[in-house]
Amino acid sequence: MGKIKKDREGIHCDRRTFLKGAALGLAGTALPLNKADASFWEVFFQKHFREMNEAEIKKVLERLEKEYEQKYKKAIKVGNEKELPGVLFGYGLDLSRCIGCRRCVYACVDENNQSRDPQIHWITVLRFKKGEKWVDLEESEKYYNPELVPEADYFYMPVQCQQCENPPCVRVCPTQATWKEPDGIVVVDYNWCIGCRYCMAACPYGARHFNWAEPNLKPEEINLQTHYLGNRPRSKGVVEKCTFCIQRTRNGRYPACVEACPVGARKFGNLLDPNSEIRYAIEHKRVFRLKEDLNTYPKFYYFFAYGV
Amino acid sequence: MEEESKAGRLLWLMAILAIVTVSSIARAQELGIPKKYFVPPPPFTPGIFPCSQCHEGMPVNRRPRKLEQMHQDIALKHMPGGWCFDCHNPDNRDTLRLANGKRVSFEESYNLCGQCHGTTLREWKAGLHGKRTGMWNGEKQYRLCVHCHWPHEPRFKPIKPLPPPVRPSDIK
Repeated sequence: MGKIKKDREGIHCDRRTFLKGAALGLAGTALPLNKADASFWEVFFQKHFREMNEAEIKKVLERLEKEYEQKYKKAIKVGNEKELPGVLFGYGLDLSRCIGCRRCVYACVDENNQSRDPQIHWITVLRFKKGEKWVDLEESEKYYNPELVPEADYFYMPVQCQQCENPPCVRVCPTQATWKEPDGIVVVDYNWCIGCRYCMAACPYGARHFNWAEPNLKPEEINLQTHYLGNRPRSKGVVEKCTFCIQRTRNGRYPACVEACPVGARKFGNLLDPNSEIRYAIEHKRVFRLKEDLNTYPKFYYFFAYGV
Repeated sequence: MEEESKAGRLLWLMAILAIVTVSSIARAQELGIPKKYFVPPPPFTPGIFPCSQCHEGMPVNRRPRKLEQMHQDIALKHMPGGWCFDCHNPDNRDTLRLANGKRVSFEESYNLCGQCHGTTLREWKAGLHGKRTGMWNGEKQYRLCVHCHWPHEPRFKPIKPLPPPVRPSDIK
């Protein structure tokens, strides 16, 4: 013992003292004094969304609404509509009709409060050459920009979150900040996301997007009707994705992309309702799911309503 | 006593009426008689309807010809050899006419289109063909065929796509 002291001249510090000092020092750095108000601690110690009771959730929603009002000077409603009983959402997309006009992409941005710059799009429209090895994702083009669409030799395929029944993104999340809701929607709790982007690596569809910088969202562009697990404004460093417009669909409305499509290629409904549009498509049309071989069981069905 | 039996009879009558109505609705659904589709009014050129405001009392010329005084802008590119009266009704211009001579209002023009495009009509009714807005689990807004397809030239015109996403190399 004495030998060690001799060797380390002047830096004598036993373990206990070191730990004491370190604890004090860390506590000092972890406490930004300007932010040490009540809401900072509330955010810091917010429980997992699915472990909170109604009262706790209500408090969180109120805190968020206050926060957003300060930031955007707008009264943003943060909702928490629960899943509807007996509902499993499914989506259909008619590839024989899609003309690749990207109306859905921008309708989604407006509805779901994505950052405009840096740009985040939840829907990517891919263009494929007709007649070759089709749905060859490697050869697809997402930056196509002709004067007019559709172009004679191409067809188009919009890709967004496929709301997998077996979602690989959920399995890899180290903080359980993302999960599958009972109505089949895969959601993200932006307050629990630590931005590790494992889910983005796991997703085979490129459906998850990361806020590399503080999202740029003008107050006049904000959609004021939001959902905690959906389109509420995000912050830098969190992952976001399509939620089938959870704030709309849980209130019975169609997703924004369905209503924006000028050719009616997008179909939406309850997979458990035999009279729904989506069930009609599955039962009467040739449907396929993207990358079925990965056993992700997407609830997003591509089909051809006519022709080949 | 008299009053009471009158009221009783009325009650019975109402009950029977209710049963008949309910069963007939159920029967109509069984037979596949189309339920009411929520369609917006037809997209007329402003001021053009009712057609009878001009056509009333005008002699009917059923001969296919090139129109010179009115409607010259309509180049019929729907069906080769088609003519106005394949769909429009010469005897009552405010209506359309099916091939079997039955009259159809402009509000229900889908029945006319469905004469040739039967599979499309079936899929439109099922909610597969065409655009829907509103509620996925409730009242849906349908659209008439002619809201999207200009009936005299039904094929869609190409449109300008919205801008492509920013390339990573273009991010500043």
